[in-house]
Amino acid sequence: MKNIVKLICVAALVSSSSSWAAGGGGPLFTMHVDVHHQKSLQRGAKTFVNYCLSCHSASFSRYNRVAADLGISEQNMRENMIFTGRKFGDTMTVALTVDQGKEWFGAPPPDLSVKARARGANWIYSYLKSFYVDESAIRGVNNLQFPGTSMPHVLWEYQGLQKLAAKDDHHGDMEKEDSHGGGHGDSHASPFEIAVPGTLTPKEYDAMLVDLVNFLVYLGEPAQLKRQGIGVGVLFFLAALGVLAYFMKRDYWKDIH
Amino acid sequence: MTNKVGGIIGWVDSRLPVIEFWEAHLSKYYAPKNFNFWYFFGSLALLILVLQIVTGIFLTMHYKPDAELAFASVEYIMRDVNWGWLVRYMHSTGASAFFVVIYLHMLRGLMYGSFKEPRELIWLFGMMIYLCLMAEAFMGYLLPWGQMSYWGAQVIVNLFGTIPVIGDDLALWIRGDFVVSDATLNRFFALHVIAVPIVLLGLVVAHIAALHTVGSNNPDGVEIKKNKGADGIPLDGIPFHPYYTVKDIVGIVVFLFIFALVVFFAPEMGGYFLEHANFEPANPLATPEHIAPVWYFTPFYTVLRAIPNPFWGVMAMGAAVVVLFFLPWIDKNVVKSIRYRSTLYKVNLFVFLVSFVWLGYYGVQAVTPMASQMALRLSELYFLFFAVLAIYSTQRSVGYYIMWFIVFVGLITIYDVYRNNPEIAELTWKTWIIPVAYLFVTLIGAAFTNLDQDKPVPVRVTS
Repeated sequence: MKNIVKLICVAALVSSSSSWAAGGGGPLFTMHVDVHHQKSLQRGAKTFVNYCLSCHSASFSRYNRVAADLGISEQNMRENMIFTGRKFGDTMTVALTVDQGKEWFGAPPPDLSVKARARGANWIYSYLKSFYVDESAIRGVNNLQFPGTSMPHVLWEYQGLQKLAAKDDHHGDMEKEDSHGGGHGDSHASPFEIAVPGTLTPKEYDAMLVDLVNFLVYLGEPAQLKRQGIGVGVLFFLAALGVLAYFMKRDYWKDIH
Repeated sequence: MTNKVGGIIGWVDSRLPVIEFWEAHLSKYYAPKNFNFWYFFGSLALLILVLQIVTGIFLTMHYKPDAELAFASVEYIMRDVNWGWLVRYMHSTGASAFFVVIYLHMLRGLMYGSFKEPRELIWLFGMMIYLCLMAEAFMGYLLPWGQMSYWGAQVIVNLFGTIPVIGDDLALWIRGDFVVSDATLNRFFALHVIAVPIVLLGLVVAHIAALHTVGSNNPDGVEIKKNKGADGIPLDGIPFHPYYTVKDIVGIVVFLFIFALVVFFAPEMGGYFLEHANFEPANPLATPEHIAPVWYFTPFYTVLRAIPNPFWGVMAMGAAVVVLFFLPWIDKNVVKSIRYRSTLYKVNLFVFLVSFVWLGYYGVQAVTPMASQMALRLSELYFLFFAVLAIYSTQRSVGYYIMWFIVFVGLITIYDVYRNNPEIAELTWKTWIIPVAYLFVTLIGAAFTNLDQDKPVPVRVTS
């Protein structure tokens, strides 16, 4: 038994830290991911098809799978979420071609199917929170999480426009600059201050992003909705089998000294 | 053997000796009765081999070895193929589990001297299996065609390019192109699903056949065949079947429990089993900031990075694997089990293990001046384990120990003077103490103390 504990310690050691390969440094903000919050996923899906899916595809994902997983009826999906004339069973592609993407944005907007697995939820959440007014940038906005990004601030109407907090405030002193009100599960203070208010309050905007990122995390691995539930069943089965196997072993070995 | 069995088995047995085979390898194959926890990993390795082959077959039904289609076909498996996600996670987790189990299996061999006479050939076959496994894992890792697949393969194939004269042509020959490309993906697929597995299976058969010829070692390192009863059966032996089959089933269920924990609850294992960057499709035009190999290669990767010269780095990395082949001839001590080995050997083995794990840790970290100093020091400890073992595993004179102490400290110091520059001088001389202290304890300790005294080995197994 002591040895089994040792083995588990080795496994824990292996998994003790993680290495996100996120360009532009670690995430500025953090959020709590909950892919089992179906209402949140539905709201996120709505934001996704309205604001992301015009340029970004999710070409490994199918509308009917999303509908089934998120408890959205076929009719509702067809009427409110499929804008591109695609069929219910089709993958979520966009009309924008790679060449158009290059011409318009400098780089084709990446497919978002597994983006949350590559970047991590916190990175995407921070990215969408970190657009700020920058007169020197081509689109008038830059991004603190991903400097020099070629994506426009698509959700600006909701967030409003923010600018970087006064320069004399160095990183260590950011705690004072909490004009943003803090977000959902946010552990960092905001390095921004609002220039033009949006239609949502900062809290509401954060909640909108949490929904959207929740959806993107789901999109990265639809199987995760069922995976853990099945896992629990498998573990119970193995535990029962283990007990049987142990007693069988003990019975066979009772005459070995 | 006279055929007394009737029916179908009797019919088959008179044409093919299935009963003889069953008896020779299971019901009348006598294994020591004192196997402990460490003896589960052989059968577990076999289980994982089967698991990888079976899940691999199902993956090949849907996977497309084509640079344009590969990444999407993996996601297709993850989403549209029924239970595809489970099969894929079992295969990806199985790859890491294979190395966990094999490393523990090898550690068992080190602890109980299972590589020693008469089991040298078992160890050699085992090492060849380990090499095959590394090739298999490396080529399999290219197949999802993510960023890390692509750039990891680029880096590793380029290692061959550092060999003088033939290097560039060799790397070109491996890739089949000037960069890692569709041609590389295709051939790696062929090698991964057919060529290497066939060799691997052959080696496993040889490994087990050699084992069953000489019989298993045990935690006491006692040869059970030296103590047979009147019936010719080893006194400390029990038939493998049913005793170890029922015991291994317990081990298998416990293993599967841990395996299921990963597959169902943490298939990425925090980015160590499935790296985050590998969810970006391969892009030959964008090099990732930080290319880290999968965890099971990281100790050797750190040895590579510890030496600035690429060619000598590759040589050192290769030597770190190759030196293991020679272990049966490096360790000349006749005492097999760590239970009866000297205190010095226990210390030495412990330092070796810590070095290996620590080297692995540095392999996933970004390079800092301190990290690269420690990488070199730990690499030195890794190799010194074998050097020191060769020296004290037989009785030597005091002068002999002192001579080798001076030689090794001298070599290390000369290399430090050679590589030294003002920027790293302080770190260099502070960490110089690590290998020197190690050598002092192991060699001078062997010369002037009785810490190198082995304990008497019992005639029969103890428990």
